[in-house]
Amino acid sequence: MELTSLTAVELGKKIKAKEVSVLEATEAVIAQIEKLEGNLNCYVTLDKEGARKRALEVQEKIDAGELTGPLAGVPVAIKDNMCTKGMLTTCSSKILSNFNPTYTAEAVKNLEDAGAVIIGKTNMDEFAMGSTTETSYYGITKNPWNENHVPGGSSGGSAAAVAAEECFYALGSDTGGSIRQPASFCGVTGIKPTYGTVSRYGLIAYGSSLDQIGPLAKDVTDCATVLEIISSHDKKDSTSVELKEKDFTSALVDDVKGMKIGIPRDYFGDGLDKEVKEAVLNAAKVLEEKGAIVEEFDLNLVEYAIPAYYVIAAAEASSNLERFDGVKYGYRTKDFDGLHSMYKKTRSEGFGSEVKRRIMLGSFVLSSGYYDAYYVKALKVKALIKQAFDKAFEKYDVILGPTAPTTALEVGKSLSDPIKMYLGDIYTVSVNLAGLPGISLPCGKDSKGLPIGLQLIGNAFEEKKIIRTAYAFEQTRAYERPEMVKGGEK
Amino acid sequence: MSKAYETVIGLEVHVELSTKTKIFCGCSTEFGGAPNTHTCPVCSGMPGSLPVLNKAVVEKAIAVGLATNCSITRNCKFDRKNYFYPDNPQNYQISQLYYPICRDGKIEINVNGEKKYVRIHEIHMEEDAGKLVHDSWDDSTLVDFNRSGVPLIEIVSEPDMRSADEVIAYLEKLRMIIQYLGASDCKLNEGSMRADVNLSVREVGAKEFGTRTETKNLNSFKAIARAIEAERERQIDLLEEGKPVIQETRRWDDNKECSYAMRSKEDAQDYRYFPDPDLVPIIISEEWLEEVKRRQPELRDEKKERYQKEFDIPEYDIDIITSSKRMADLFEETIELGAAPKKVSNWLMVETMRLLKENEMEVEDIKFSADNLAKLIALTESKAINSTVAKEVFEKVFYDNIDPEKYVEEHGLKTVNDEGALRKVIEDVVANNPQSVEDYRSGKEKAIGFLVGQTMKAMKGKADPSMINQILKEIL
Amino acid sequence: MGLRMANVISDDIIEYVGILAKLELNQEEKEQAKKDMESMLDYIDKLNELDTEDVIPMSHTFSVHNVFREDVVTNGDDRENMLSNAPEQKDGAYQVPKTVE
Repeated sequence: MELTSLTAVELGKKIKAKEVSVLEATEAVIAQIEKLEGNLNCYVTLDKEGARKRALEVQEKIDAGELTGPLAGVPVAIKDNMCTKGMLTTCSSKILSNFNPTYTAEAVKNLEDAGAVIIGKTNMDEFAMGSTTETSYYGITKNPWNENHVPGGSSGGSAAAVAAEECFYALGSDTGGSIRQPASFCGVTGIKPTYGTVSRYGLIAYGSSLDQIGPLAKDVTDCATVLEIISSHDKKDSTSVELKEKDFTSALVDDVKGMKIGIPRDYFGDGLDKEVKEAVLNAAKVLEEKGAIVEEFDLNLVEYAIPAYYVIAAAEASSNLERFDGVKYGYRTKDFDGLHSMYKKTRSEGFGSEVKRRIMLGSFVLSSGYYDAYYVKALKVKALIKQAFDKAFEKYDVILGPTAPTTALEVGKSLSDPIKMYLGDIYTVSVNLAGLPGISLPCGKDSKGLPIGLQLIGNAFEEKKIIRTAYAFEQTRAYERPEMVKGGEK
Repeated sequence: MSKAYETVIGLEVHVELSTKTKIFCGCSTEFGGAPNTHTCPVCSGMPGSLPVLNKAVVEKAIAVGLATNCSITRNCKFDRKNYFYPDNPQNYQISQLYYPICRDGKIEINVNGEKKYVRIHEIHMEEDAGKLVHDSWDDSTLVDFNRSGVPLIEIVSEPDMRSADEVIAYLEKLRMIIQYLGASDCKLNEGSMRADVNLSVREVGAKEFGTRTETKNLNSFKAIARAIEAERERQIDLLEEGKPVIQETRRWDDNKECSYAMRSKEDAQDYRYFPDPDLVPIIISEEWLEEVKRRQPELRDEKKERYQKEFDIPEYDIDIITSSKRMADLFEETIELGAAPKKVSNWLMVETMRLLKENEMEVEDIKFSADNLAKLIALTESKAINSTVAKEVFEKVFYDNIDPEKYVEEHGLKTVNDEGALRKVIEDVVANNPQSVEDYRSGKEKAIGFLVGQTMKAMKGKADPSMINQILKEIL
Repeated sequence: MGLRMANVISDDIIEYVGILAKLELNQEEKEQAKKDMESMLDYIDKLNELDTEDVIPMSHTFSVHNVFREDVVTNGDDRENMLSNAPEQKDGAYQVPKTVE
């Protein structure tokens, strides 16, 4: 049996039972990285030596009975927009190419406290702006299912690393679908928690009112387990919430009898790939057969989510990214004439074109004379979208639909037309606007052999309902590994 | 000048609140300190850091709002003000535009016996910027974020003032209120109180306001008065020449006594305010408001009333003493230590005021402690020192806050109360000044003054003059 | 809804937004930015199909409020760490091109 094919929880059990040492697990991941990373480019920064050293430390603590959690000693990959003290944190941007944070993000710290071994920092769309991981300054990441296709994004490196078994699980962040869509494209599972569940302290902000950190892993059990560890009420994040219950793993029950599942008709209209549609509707049928009550309904306003999202996210991003100016950290242009020239050249050279595109849009919609017409309007539409979900959740426990309209796109096919690219987020962005939890898990493959993702959306702080539903569905099918990771068979 | 003009002035006053920590992080607000030693990821704008609001800032802002008759916004928020400048680590300042914490207040001022109200448009909370220092060695600028994130309130008045005198009266009143609340020390020279002047002129009788300018960098009441005069003249000259006044921000240069426009092409003045998504709304309940009200310290009017009841001192003295919180505190603390109110009031009203004036100092600059003033008063009361010595010792107390007991001891200034020794000295004086003795005996009473003086001189000032007088009369 | 006008972004607007955002675009990038912004704004104008007259704008979707810190000093001197990433530093301060006299 290959060690890397284990889930994080399975590995954790074996480490606890002393069947596998932390160092063995770490070496297995490093070996897998050495084998595949040349093709895939999942990581921006790897810390093999640090991981080995940390493995020994964690092992000692496990042996001493100080670390007893389910993921103690399990190697993890962190998206490169979360600060890690002393480890390069770039946001896949040139402007942070030399940035070594002085502190560690709260979510990562929670993992460290639980005995995680950090392998490295994963590639992403620059500043999380994109859905293909093609806007990274450090090269594109490829999809382990087919190297001609993108892994999705922006947490593409994290999703690909999990699928390629270059880590046992990973952290991603989701502003408009950035955990769920790459999970869908790479055939893994990812949760975007309710806004406020996981501390944003140390997450380099894109759209502060939308950003949320979450897990990507091989299955629902892993995701629920990781979420239980990373969620916390953090006094350093004013938007962090004190949860009434965070025993997410207690929802890992294979029973959906009586669960009311709503299928929004609006999620199955134009633009949805036929094979994706079939697979998702088939998943609904499976759940129905297991005793869930499945119903179609009209969610409404779906087509307004993307324009509202892009106004809000771009506006917040334009402000969040002002701090990258070559004064305190990161890249500073070599050649300039005075302060403003330094600002402009540093930022123009340091940011990639998609980031600049969104900063320009965001600065414009906030500028004098346009604020009400664009920004306030978008916040009003956001309120309407939230109301539409509130109404739906009066009737349903869970909303079921596709994660993305298609399977993974070919490399180089989407960046040229921004609107078309943004349309790929149509089923995910409204979940962020309304602050809700969502999960994406595999529900089949298309004729090209690419994974299809099923999305389940829950009401705020009702992660357990989507975890339970996802778990029950997951029991009906086996986890599939990409060909390339099946040892030596390629 | 052919026409008569009226000056219309509104003020934007920034006051640094005297909290222990910054508005959004746990860094100290202590003044001084080597550059960047009071900084953290939050106040240095590190990626991923997040602000968390200091509760004391909200309460102090509410306290100032209540004391200036404002209505308190029950559901207020913070907004981001976006502009690039190196003293602004995030390149946005967290401030309040849409829902400031206080609105619609007013305070009464008194100029040359005439009372009038100045309305307050709003008071909002915000963070201070860092400090920029020019480095002449390699012609660059150095950035220190120790001040970055220090809490400020900005008090925005309506354009209700018409002269520099009114502006100064408004500022003095505002300062007094805030000092009484303990919300800030309001030192203009240290920048804990700063005023920007919005000024326009119009022909007397005109209904519309003229175009206004904003003048910044005013570090003293004098500078404010001078800048108002200069800007008034500049605008009138423009109008007289048929040129328009341009709405702009100007920087006052106190050395050159003139202001210049701060505009540049890179300065679009479009701050793109929007609600800060990293902070949550502040909801001020009735209970919370009542609690702040309950904790509100005694303000000036209440104090004056109490002084009139408790102490037998003139109303004029009470007025002066209560005109500043520092003075009133000193007064009360010294009495607390056992000194007689009348005596304390005398020292404050006469010698303290004289020395402040001579040194061009403000009441806030007083360095000496109540403890040392009380000791000095005790020394005079027990006749351990005479009044001349006491004045001399007080100067030391005033400048260096010395311990008067120790000082008198160390310098041998105690009055000599040994009658035998004094009698001996007087006998010598009488023997050496036969002419004066003759004069006195022949009825020139004044001559005794000379003999007292000579005795005092011989005693190096350390004698009780009434005792000298008594002995002299006995001998003569 | 009436006829929707296509958005036109002028050179001046691109120039102005560049000043606000501190971005310097070359001619080609400017043309691209104009095109992108126009098409994105056309798309965003779709929001005008919705009547939001009586809707209260929503910043946060949850009802969390009054999150405070107590006024207690928790941070010490961490200057060396803070400055460790500075592109230029001098005498314990961040160094930038001449800004003040």
